[in-house]
Amino acid sequence: MDDRVILRVGAKVLIPFILLFALYVQFHGDYGPGGGFQAGVIFAAGFVLYALIYGLGNVRRVLPPRAVYICSALGVLLYAGVGYVTMALGGQFLDYDVLAHDPEHGQHYGILLVELGVLITVFGVMVSVFYAVAGRRRLDT
Amino acid sequence: MIEFVDVALLILLGITAFSIIRQQNLFAAVMMMGIYSLLSAGLFVVMDAVDVAFTEAAVGAGISTILMLGTLALVGHNEHQPQHRPILPLFVVVLTGAILVYGTLDIPPFGDASNPAHHHVAPHYLEESEHEIGIPNVVTSILASYRGYDTLGETTVIFVALVGVLLLLSLGPRPRRIFSNGRWITVAADDEDPSEKGAGDARVDGVQAPDEVELLRDTDG
Repeated sequence: MDDRVILRVGAKVLIPFILLFALYVQFHGDYGPGGGFQAGVIFAAGFVLYALIYGLGNVRRVLPPRAVYICSALGVLLYAGVGYVTMALGGQFLDYDVLAHDPEHGQHYGILLVELGVLITVFGVMVSVFYAVAGRRRLDT
Repeated sequence: MIEFVDVALLILLGITAFSIIRQQNLFAAVMMMGIYSLLSAGLFVVMDAVDVAFTEAAVGAGISTILMLGTLALVGHNEHQPQHRPILPLFVVVLTGAILVYGTLDIPPFGDASNPAHHHVAPHYLEESEHEIGIPNVVTSILASYRGYDTLGETTVIFVALVGVLLLLSLGPRPRRIFSNGRWITVAADDEDPSEKGAGDARVDGVQAPDEVELLRDTDG
């Protein structure tokens, strides 16, 4: 493990940019290609790369399995929660118009929150599945 | 020019598919499935479906290749020799493919403006999205707002898939069937088996112990 200097240094340089690119894909999804699904997968890919180079034990210390399980459920709850908030504000389920005075702004907020929910769930699920598959036999040591 | 790109991508796609079928080494097959996904993503870009291409490249070529490699680390790299003759499966596959090709003869031509898909709700989305939703990417406004229910359903499906994976992979040692006092009974893997001590137990311990260790690591983390 220690002799693969190029992989270790290369990954260390790349991972921040992968995570940043995922956030760009997430928040630029309103203007260009991208959105919660793609961003969640790319964000998860950053952690998977970390696990492949530095070992599953290290990435589990950064991101405990319990945290990613919670993420997986939290995203769906956030998405559905936006729907119930719009109902409480007098609209229909997932009718974002009522979230702000200007319906167009309401749509912006709604889409932002909903895509965030998708990001959190997809990220949590991808990392959890990777943990489950890779954890059957450790990749490191 | 665009036709040339189409033809080149489709030929490469065909070559890759046949290589995957012919390949006995599963490691190489998984790598070529990643290439197949990347070529599909290229095709989607040519068809102007950049959002779909993005997803295909990230999920198909990225994460699923990693998961397949993780699986190969558990089950080994080489395909077993098939025990049966391939005639019947080949017949079924060719027949199914022929039916699918026959089915495509009826669908409207690709990209034709008079297609039914372009006359139902699509014109409304394309014309009104700018005023009703106010974001430039129509794909996002359809996905997250007009079709918000569908996306909520998809997100739930992904979550449910995770629950299924965790149930399948995190159950720990399987219960065993043992022959005791003249009949078969099911016992938990960690139960002491009064009649079958020795070689059998040692084998079970040797195979399952690492999983138990991993499970413990899961729960305390």
